[in-house]
Amino acid sequence: MSVQIEVFLQTLIAGLLLGGLYALIGLGMTIIMGVMKIINLAHGELMMVAMYIAYWVFVLFHIDPYLSVFISMPLLFFLGVGLQKFLINPVLKVESILPENQVILTVGIGMVLSNLATIFFTSDYRSTPVDYATKAWYLTDYWKAAPFELSLSFSWTVSFIIAVIITVLLWFFLTKTDMGKSIRATAQDLDAALLMGVNVKKMRVITFGIGASLVGAAGSLFIPIYYLYPSLGGQFTLIAFVITILGGLGSTVGAIIGGLILGVFESMTATYLGMGWAPVGRFLIFVAALIFLPGGVASLLRRKRFGK
Amino acid sequence: MSLLELRGISKFFGGLAALNSVSFGVNKGEIFGLIGPNGAGKTTLFNVVNGFYKPSKGEVLFNGRKISNLKPHQICGLGIARTFQVVKPLQRMTVLDNVIASAFLRAKSKDQAEEIAVETLQFSGLYDDRNIKSKSLPLGKRKRLEIARALATKPELLLFDESCAGLNPSELNESIEIIKKVRERGVTILIIEHHMKVIMSISDRVVVLNYGEKIAEGTPMEIANNPLVIEAYLGDAQSA
Amino acid sequence: MKRFLPLIILALLVILPLIGLSTYMMHIVILVIMWSVIGMAWNLLGGYCGQVSFGHAAYFGAGAYTAGILYFKLGLSPWWGLPLTIIVVTVVSLFIGFLCLRLRGPFFALATLAMGEVFRVTSENLVDFTGGDLGILIQERTWVEKIWYYYIILFIAAGTFFLIKKVIESKLGYYFVAIREDQDAAESLGINTTLYKTIALCLSGILTGFAGAFYTNYMGYIDPKVVFALHDISIVTIMVVMVGGVATYWGPVIGAIIMVFLAEIIRSIPWLGVAHHTFFGILLIVIIIFLSNGIAGDFPKIKRLFRIRGTS
Repeated sequence: MSVQIEVFLQTLIAGLLLGGLYALIGLGMTIIMGVMKIINLAHGELMMVAMYIAYWVFVLFHIDPYLSVFISMPLLFFLGVGLQKFLINPVLKVESILPENQVILTVGIGMVLSNLATIFFTSDYRSTPVDYATKAWYLTDYWKAAPFELSLSFSWTVSFIIAVIITVLLWFFLTKTDMGKSIRATAQDLDAALLMGVNVKKMRVITFGIGASLVGAAGSLFIPIYYLYPSLGGQFTLIAFVITILGGLGSTVGAIIGGLILGVFESMTATYLGMGWAPVGRFLIFVAALIFLPGGVASLLRRKRFGK
Repeated sequence: MSLLELRGISKFFGGLAALNSVSFGVNKGEIFGLIGPNGAGKTTLFNVVNGFYKPSKGEVLFNGRKISNLKPHQICGLGIARTFQVVKPLQRMTVLDNVIASAFLRAKSKDQAEEIAVETLQFSGLYDDRNIKSKSLPLGKRKRLEIARALATKPELLLFDESCAGLNPSELNESIEIIKKVRERGVTILIIEHHMKVIMSISDRVVVLNYGEKIAEGTPMEIANNPLVIEAYLGDAQSA
Repeated sequence: MKRFLPLIILALLVILPLIGLSTYMMHIVILVIMWSVIGMAWNLLGGYCGQVSFGHAAYFGAGAYTAGILYFKLGLSPWWGLPLTIIVVTVVSLFIGFLCLRLRGPFFALATLAMGEVFRVTSENLVDFTGGDLGILIQERTWVEKIWYYYIILFIAAGTFFLIKKVIESKLGYYFVAIREDQDAAESLGINTTLYKTIALCLSGILTGFAGAFYTNYMGYIDPKVVFALHDISIVTIMVVMVGGVATYWGPVIGAIIMVFLAEIIRSIPWLGVAHHTFFGILLIVIIIFLSNGIAGDFPKIKRLFRIRGTS
């Protein structure tokens, strides 16, 4: 009996830790989607780029992946800004029969990024073997009489904590700074923001940069615990979408909740159904959320607030 | 029996009541005006009648039959057509194709659809423009295209949503003439308009909405002298 | 003269193999024709009806596996897959349509992408039914010479071309385009948009499924990563139509020719071969920004560009 509880709790904890990291990925996308109504199918590839940056920084300069956050975030910021300015903005102006141009553009960007990574880095699996990789905290070390054993992996936990810190910083930025408020204004009502003198074009570029840097941070935080290969972008793009839709477009709180939900769900699926079915689970949540809860968790929260 | 009857129609969005217990009836053959300050709920009401929104409370009856739970295309099939405030031409299609597309509802073949389309375009004065891509049309003609398309579905009732906004005086007179001609064809008309001159000169009866509620109903003369109506509009102007 | 162009081209294509092409060239031409079918099918739903599907691999793979599973599990000739595809892919289309058609624009695109991937992962996991990652190998090939495969796919392509032409010129075509241009206006004009979008999706899916069933018979080997591929089937399909010309009859054909030849050229240059997704990605980006209606769709633009070059 206690074995089952132990397995359940362990899965739950693993899911929450994973969820925290996922939330970071989702936050980047929800901000981009919320402000610019842009669907970025290259999101996962941006994360892949960040992971390679972290990897090479580790291999060449022996900088710990967690410290590489300070490198990957700014680099990804500029990459995001560049993509927005030179590719995405022009596409938004083009008139064509098919409205989904911007989505297709990001697909193209994603293809180029992942293929370039394959060319330069080969499709070998890579990882950053840090010395604390297997370190963990065990419940029984602290609570001798515990009815079951739980373990918290060191790297997962540190990644989670850093993710939380970044999220809190983001929250401060969005709510307390002028630029953050301008970004939120642009997300809520473009015309009103324009009228209030917000430089919308600049906001869009910066927002894409921020979104990219968030997923860049996620990349640095993931590499200690995950294998790296050029085509891993796709699954993370999907994860980002599931979280964004689940949480509600443009809602930062929603992205956090959505990330946690997805993390726990995947952890549960992996434990009880088997690894192979995890992607299917993601897709099914995605489609289910699109159909049954298009406003995401955020709309549920809104409904509670207005009491209807 | 009214052709169209609204009984206690309310529509809530979240906690906000866009329409609150609105009731009135439109008789066959009349031109019935729907007026009210901005945000009064006029277009919302059209969306409810047309089937884009389900009413939160109340019923819409057409020829005595409840239509509140039908989809827009079914409601069109029953005989209610509508134009949109912000016109929606099928942009990359020609004027003629726009109307053929809507004529297919009643036509049994493509040739018949084309016949109906041609006749409707001639009626609306757009026949000469029939091969122009509709996105190249100036606003006045786009509005007439909206009307032509709606007419091609052979409606009994036509919901006109602000067809006269943004037109210059001569276009305005043309529009009024077309509305009268449409009525002469036997189509009943429910029209939203902001242009007082238009409403007052062509409507048989008028209903006034303010903040989602009906505040007055009657002939144009009665409405013009109704203190509640005056206050609703002036009150709007005063706070502006 | 213009009216007979399709028939003239068809006649030329019928005679083509008789002038003696190498096996390799026959293979290329068969691929071109197959991709034309997929492109035309996608164009019906995407270009004409405005529903941009990012998951057409689902239908291709469904057709491919219909043929494959008939052989793998029932020991029947995979050619039976072609007629049976109609039933199987209709079911698949109705399923996907039911879930996804209620979504608008980019969300439809995303949902169909997800569905394509669901089908891929599912067929990878249902090992007993589909053979999983090992795929299905057809031991007995019907013909050694390519010429018969050529005529079969040409027949399918010609049928597709003329069917689509008929559909677009009919009431269905008007309704599809009306839905594309303005779905709400179309609804208000009495068009049952859900029904017609579903019809477009089913037709599009079935035609793509035919290409898939053909593929199984022609190549003799299928596996989920190939026939349900996101980049190599779904995205390439979109590229074929976008490059060639959205919402035109010949666009997908032009696009198929360009994409297949481009792929072969890139593949044959050794140091370029590994970068073929990069090229496709760049091509996609360039087309999207500069020629978003494709060659056939933006033909006036191309003419203008050359006229300017000529005078300067």
